[in-house]
Amino acid sequence: MSLRTPVGPHDHVQGALDAPIVLLEYGDFECPYCGEAYAEIKAVQGAMGPSLCFAFRHFPLSNAHPHAERAAEFAEAAATIGRFWEMHDILYENQRALDDRSLSRYATELGLDDALVASALGGNFSERIRRDFQGGVRSGVNGTPCLFLNGERYDGPREPESLITMMRRML
Amino acid sequence: MPDLELPDVGQAAPDFSLPRSPREAMTLAELRGRPVVLVFYPADWSPVCGDQVTLYNEMLPTFDEYGARIVGISVDGPWCHAAFAKDRNLEFPLLADFEPKGDVARRYGVYDARHGTTERALFVIDANGIVRWRYVSPIEVNPGADGILDALDALAAKGDTA
Repeated sequence: MSLRTPVGPHDHVQGALDAPIVLLEYGDFECPYCGEAYAEIKAVQGAMGPSLCFAFRHFPLSNAHPHAERAAEFAEAAATIGRFWEMHDILYENQRALDDRSLSRYATELGLDDALVASALGGNFSERIRRDFQGGVRSGVNGTPCLFLNGERYDGPREPESLITMMRRML
Repeated sequence: MPDLELPDVGQAAPDFSLPRSPREAMTLAELRGRPVVLVFYPADWSPVCGDQVTLYNEMLPTFDEYGARIVGISVDGPWCHAAFAKDRNLEFPLLADFEPKGDVARRYGVYDARHGTTERALFVIDANGIVRWRYVSPIEVNPGADGILDALDALAAKGDTA
């Protein structure tokens, strides 16, 4: 299965878009398996350095995870002041505390003003989140986390050692 | 009862009447006039099925945009479906192909007699009740929804959605 919308400047990325390896995750901030993947991907990023570009797109399954959509809203609100990845990390490190009060607190700590917090609470970023979700469905995303490696679906083992070994072979 | 072949694309989808709750039935014919996505899945509560129906539930607004109805079918009984739907907040009907067990799945050629469940299969049926797309997934693979949306796009392009 291939990615229909390539990773590009519109995406949230860590690393250079022209890195030899581009890993994309479709993720949900409240999904426990995404929480596991968060730590695994951090380890892979540490080992691969600049040869890896990591991108994140939203795929909240709101009926299963009641706080996922709102958490994604806050990540987008943080992105408007250049703090997407800090919020991404805070959310995955606090998956058990994603209620509105906690989200607002994380936002304030990252320097989001009251208007941005209100904006996230009001669902002002839902369009972007829905676009990510729809694009994911079109690319065959069927649950989270869902990974694409250089544009191809990756369903193999996620342990850092496996991913690192495979990525080094790709270099 | 002998199993029938998978209905071909272009053939009429076999009609059926199945319980959608402990008290009500639903027929395929009553959905005529709009595209229908039939989702045969092996079992309520199984991990892969749970992910699959969760995804479709999340996509209900998208199916609405196509004017399409989505319906799940498994051999679980209506009370089992009711508990599963409540647990997962599912907002689309789950039909019980429970008695005679798997009868509708057999008529669609997607009964797995070895496991006593339906296979994991998708059908997109147009507003006139004609099968326009079908896909049988490996049992352990959640087929996602990209194929369904492509099929609904093809119907919309032909003006068959409403």
